[in-house]
Amino acid sequence: MKVAIEVNGQTVAEEVEDRTLLVHYLRETAGLTATNIGCDTTSCGACTVLLDGESVKSCTMLAAQADGHAITTMEGLTADDGELHPLQRAFREQHGLQCGFCTPGMIMASVSLLDHNPKPTRQEVRDGLEGNLCRCTGYHNIVSAVVEASGQEVDR
Amino acid sequence: MIPAQFSYRRASTVDEALSVLAEHGDDAKLLAGGHSLLPLMKLRLAAPEVLVDIAPIDELRYVRADDDGVAIGAMSRYHDLHRDTVLREHAPLLAHVAGSVGDQQVRHRGTVGGSIVHADPAADLPAAILASDGVLVARGPGGERRVPAAEFFLGPFTTPLEPDELVTEIRIPRQTGLGWGFEKFTRRAIDWAIVGVAAVGRSVGLINMAGTPLRARATEEALANGASVAEAAELAAEDTNPPDESHAPPDYRRHLARVLTARALDKAAVPA
Ligand SMILES: Cc1cc2nc3c(=O)[nH]c(=O)nc-3n(C[C@H](O)[C@H](O)[C@H](O)COP(=O)(O)OP(=O)(O)OC[C@H]3O[C@@H](n4cnc5c(N)ncnc54)[C@H](O)[C@@H]3O)c2cc1C
Ligand code: FES
Ligand code: FES
Repeated sequence: MKVAIEVNGQTVAEEVEDRTLLVHYLRETAGLTATNIGCDTTSCGACTVLLDGESVKSCTMLAAQADGHAITTMEGLTADDGELHPLQRAFREQHGLQCGFCTPGMIMASVSLLDHNPKPTRQEVRDGLEGNLCRCTGYHNIVSAVVEASGQEVDR
Repeated sequence: MIPAQFSYRRASTVDEALSVLAEHGDDAKLLAGGHSLLPLMKLRLAAPEVLVDIAPIDELRYVRADDDGVAIGAMSRYHDLHRDTVLREHAPLLAHVAGSVGDQQVRHRGTVGGSIVHADPAADLPAAILASDGVLVARGPGGERRVPAAEFFLGPFTTPLEPDELVTEIRIPRQTGLGWGFEKFTRRAIDWAIVGVAAVGRSVGLINMAGTPLRARATEEALANGASVAEAAELAAEDTNPPDESHAPPDYRRHLARVLTARALDKAAVPA
């Protein structure tokens, strides 16, 4: 079927198989490879993107379900002039990543988290990101990064 | 992992969905949030020939209070329910339970109708709806029928719903002012409950203590006869048939049911 999705503000329209997963559409059809596939079973959150502003796991959605909707991926957070989003900056400042594989998903889930709860406590960040796994950092610096991006003092 | 081939259809009204179901019978499946069905399809444990996406049916996304109680549209997502002020006031147990399902991303997609019809004995909302004396409204080619939650869960992933029927609404008697408690014991953050307990007033629903959600009848009767919470909770595992898994054998689950029932009832003893 023909699937048309507004990806990071630009319409991508392509004929794809009905069974195409959203994550494959983003990576292969739209050519945006920031969104990673980790577990492929809705467990790790590496594939998290925003659907109409809300975090979803794109390995567990069909591209067809996003037809006519707006998707934001990690690429869409960075301004055209290359200026980083506050969360991207905070992950760098707070050393919120090591290998970086989980990072796009972590950051997109964090955008949604801060949207619902603009001044979260450290515990609320941990609870809000429970659907995202990181095998490297031990999470501590990820929590610090989200707290910093929310404009609060980072209390380690 | 990619699902087997199917043909994708979209319905934006209940009537449209029913007519696609009528056309394709057993070969078609409704797709709501897709957070149970798509994982099964990716594992090729399910392979419907036609998928009918009912997400565009906005007429099924609501929470309304009326004289009888609260009516919840089947396509309401967990995230909607968790934040809904009407639900928080008149059926706060359900609003809270909806906020405890899976993780943030899952709650943005999963729907109450999908959770009920999927009928996973480890699911959260079905037990809470059972404890709330909820009633499910279904529509099919023959019109509308109402099925009490107590008659809806027949076995693991088994309900009396026909393949050409669609659940449209969940009705809950008003719980305004009643105390409630929800206890969910999990192994890791986003896991399903090993055992869970949803209590409202003196009603108790058990998660994952049998092939279906259950009412803790012995506990409820003891409470009605004047037993203390501690005494009544001791009976929570009576007439249950908990699953056996290496990390959680039946005896361990029975113990959890007693402990979690006492905790949930202690919370429910405090009026909301
Ligand atoms: C990572 C993860 C963690 C999860 N954790 C939990 C948890 O902790 N607790 C919990 O309870 N659940 C959990 N779930 C399951 C989740 O709640 C699902 O969303 C839910 O079981 C199904 O709802 P859905 O809207 O996604 O339904 P779908 O997957 O779209 O559909 C499920 C079934 O119901 C049918 N159906 C859907 N809507 C209707 C309708 N209105 N009328 C008739 N038939 C219908 C479909 O045809 C299908 O057979 C988890 C899921 C994931 C992926
Ligand atoms: S790849 Fe989607 S949740 Fe892991
Ligand atoms: S930084 Fe390696 S998985 Fe998170």
